[in-house]
Amino acid sequence: MNRIDFVERPRLRKDLPQFRPGDAVKVHVKVAEAGRERLQVFQGVVISRRGGGLRESFTVRKISFGVGVERTFPLHSPVVASIEIVQHGRVRRAKLYYLRERTGRHAKIRERRTRIPVESAAEEVSVVELAPEESPTGPGRS
Amino acid sequence: MMDKAILAEKLGMTQIFTDDGRAVPVTVLRAGPCVVTQIRTPERDGYAAVQIGFGDVKAAKVTKPLAGHFKKGKVAPRRTLVEVRTDAAGSFSVGQELKADLFAAGEGVDVIGVSKGKGFAGVMKRHNFAGLKDSHGTERKHRSPGSVGSGTTPGRVFKGRKLPGRMGHERTTVLNLRIVESDPERDLLLVRGAVPGRNGGLVMVRGAVKGVRRS
Repeated sequence: MNRIDFVERPRLRKDLPQFRPGDAVKVHVKVAEAGRERLQVFQGVVISRRGGGLRESFTVRKISFGVGVERTFPLHSPVVASIEIVQHGRVRRAKLYYLRERTGRHAKIRERRTRIPVESAAEEVSVVELAPEESPTGPGRS
Repeated sequence: MMDKAILAEKLGMTQIFTDDGRAVPVTVLRAGPCVVTQIRTPERDGYAAVQIGFGDVKAAKVTKPLAGHFKKGKVAPRRTLVEVRTDAAGSFSVGQELKADLFAAGEGVDVIGVSKGKGFAGVMKRHNFAGLKDSHGTERKHRSPGSVGSGTTPGRVFKGRKLPGRMGHERTTVLNLRIVESDPERDLLLVRGAVPGRNGGLVMVRGAVKGVRRS
């Protein structure tokens, strides 16, 4: 697949922070509206990342007015303006679909205090900046 | 319009995003470089065509007759040779190189290849039959074709009856695909949509013979 990389690699987003399933994130989504564009924030817990390369996507779950809402974003799409990490979560699997059957404190994800191993120095900075910014509305509240 | 064609290797599919965020499915092709190995003329051969070669091959692997053919055109041996019928054959010259820049982004093309073999396939897979019911008394015949004809009259099954059999591995043409990007430096063509055959398979890309609707 190396030769497809010539097509994919220049198009990969490098401006996004590293995040894993279990992390609470704010996704800033571009919304086209009557000729103009604005940003919408979708905040929730990352419950899955799937696919590779340009085709990678991730799913964010939140509880909105008592109803569970999940949105799946293509990771490298220009629709995703930016991703903010609110909190790192300590989870033991890659796909957190079990959160769908849980509510309230059972759906709570513990915070991961230790820093994740980061690949590049640039990303390390952004992780450190965001870590203290603890949100009262933590991940997975019902 | 079919005055140009190039041979390519299907590398695989991926998707790319437009500026407004839509994902476009694309097939990545390694198109060319191809070389013109022979020109067929109506006077000598009875028809006009351009023979093009594609792909590397070890010189030792080339049979002597073929090696002589390449030597005649003073070109390095290629793995595949294909003839493209075109009245514009005279405008090409032996030894001329064809690259991905034959096609520009936005152009309509047809892609010809050999589809993936499906083996001996039943009638549901091969001819989109509906099969029989899953319940209501159906036993061991859920994917069967049902009746294949009448009774004593005519007493035989008509020719052309759609039945199970070998499926796939045949020449398949997909018309009116759109070139999304052309990268002659890397010999890459990005074609919107799917293309026949496996990854690594040989395909031919030619200018669309029928019209392309939207532009």
